[in-house]
Amino acid sequence: MKPLESLAMRDACAQTLLEMYPEVDGLVVLDADVSKSTKTAEFAKLHQNRFLNVGIAEQNMVSMAAGLAAAGMVPVVNTCSMLLSTRSLDQLRQMVAYPCLNVKFMAHYGGYSCGAEGPTHHAIEDLGIIRSIPNMILLVPCDALEARQAIRAALKYQGPVYVRLSRNPVPGVHDTPPEYTIGKGYQISPGDDLAIIATGVMVARALDAAEALAKDGLNARVIAMPSIKPIDKELIIQAAIETGAIVTAEEHNIIGGLGSAVAEVLVENKPVPMERVGIQDCFSESAEFFELLDLYGMGVNDLNFAAKMVFKRKVVILSLT
Amino acid sequence: MLTSQDSICHLTTIAASIRRLVIEMIAGAGHGHPGGGLSVVEIMTVLYFSLMRVDPSNPSWPDRDRLVLSKGHGAAAWYSALALKGYFPLQELERFRKKGSILQGHPDMRKTPGVDMTSGSLGQGLSAALGMALAARMQKRRFQVYVLLGDGEVQEGQIWEAAMAASHFRPGNLIAILDHNRLQLDGLVSQVMPIEPLMAKWQAFGWETVECMDGHNIAHLLQAFETAQSVLDCPVMIIAHTVKGKGVSFMENEPAWHGVSDPMRLPDAVREVQKA
Repeated sequence: MKPLESLAMRDACAQTLLEMYPEVDGLVVLDADVSKSTKTAEFAKLHQNRFLNVGIAEQNMVSMAAGLAAAGMVPVVNTCSMLLSTRSLDQLRQMVAYPCLNVKFMAHYGGYSCGAEGPTHHAIEDLGIIRSIPNMILLVPCDALEARQAIRAALKYQGPVYVRLSRNPVPGVHDTPPEYTIGKGYQISPGDDLAIIATGVMVARALDAAEALAKDGLNARVIAMPSIKPIDKELIIQAAIETGAIVTAEEHNIIGGLGSAVAEVLVENKPVPMERVGIQDCFSESAEFFELLDLYGMGVNDLNFAAKMVFKRKVVILSLT
Repeated sequence: MLTSQDSICHLTTIAASIRRLVIEMIAGAGHGHPGGGLSVVEIMTVLYFSLMRVDPSNPSWPDRDRLVLSKGHGAAAWYSALALKGYFPLQELERFRKKGSILQGHPDMRKTPGVDMTSGSLGQGLSAALGMALAARMQKRRFQVYVLLGDGEVQEGQIWEAAMAASHFRPGNLIAILDHNRLQLDGLVSQVMPIEPLMAKWQAFGWETVECMDGHNIAHLLQAFETAQSVLDCPVMIIAHTVKGKGVSFMENEPAWHGVSDPMRLPDAVREVQKA
């Protein structure tokens, strides 16, 4: 198991907003009464005139951000991903995505990351929801170093971006800030028997799985996909051609997220056996974050099982041709 | 502010042109929202031909005054005012709601010059206007933001989130106008979901309120806006009493004409507004 990072993504987010403030003309940060938790309170302390706490009113926050952006500001909206992608979805779609306004959504507490709060607070559908909205860019970094890069890229991009962040420190994948380009994934570990395409916190788990699989003689390529939309089609197709078997891994419902996005690319370009690791279309329960991942289908064992399954299917197909 | 008899006459003439264009463009499309378009004709007239500092040759001028049409279904009246003001040729109105048009069924800021905010999903415009008003403060610009709401629209919960936020952030450059035509798609607002007491509600949320007893009377509207503009330290709501379908006898006060309930009668409507 990779050790936990010392920094949580929300701390990286607050730091990056402070760092970028001099570079981004018109930066304004909005929060809906969770600033102490999202850490935007640190930005508020230093830039009081560029911070708006709208209270517990996410719909108003998103439409206000649209108005700010329409008048030339660069609003960064902060609250739980569960609320952003459901409660203020109408506002996000109508007033931000449709007119393609320059609003950045910091979707905190993605997936199960506020675990013990329970299913009311888990964001398990946001990738599917946001991905299906035209003009939206959807980023899911895997650790705090990558979160920083993703937020920088989001702020430099002209248009709406949704960045999904995890709440507490996660296993670090990177030792130094990775190269980050919207729309690009990257290979982190080589292998030709199958490829695991992972996003968010599942990237670290995919690396753990690849280590375990190697002991069983299977060489799994690990690909990180920090940009769900646009997705890196070329990298997926290349992996399909070179390995012939794909596993996707995401902290999200099995419907609509990374697995669906990868499946769409494969079906239209290079159909190969595929298995999707994620939440099996169910609500979960209160528990610690990492316990929930293990309990609801996203453990390293689940990845290993899926990898072996997909490899077996590949072998069967090869034996028939 | 110009309130001479001459200017009122001039504005009344413009309002008659806008009313005629609203009906002609809806008749041309065969569908649209005549009722709520006709009830805001004089409000649009006063905004674009008396109050707003805008430059039709430079629609994205950063210092321009802005309008958010929160009741986006009033689009026909907005487009007519913008065309008359010179943002785009009057002939564009003939293409309202048609394939390839710059005039969408509901306002689209990316397609129509002069449209400052996309709208159509009710309840969101007040929040957007507040965002714009606060942007002026942050950018040290002096533009004014107007937002036009429907009365049925205030049934949306987000309106009250925005009402709370506006009185908290206290922009001095935000004026809301409530088109109080008393009707919504399904019938009387008072029967579908009562919103009274309106004045008391906005006051309780920390707003200054101004009542305009006749939202089709140019002089009354000018007076109401003058009062509103004198308030500099908090948001202002002008509640304008209007008539849904104003100017077409069989549409007035008739919920069925929120949309086009009988396309066969549109030619009669055109004749009536052309005669007026």
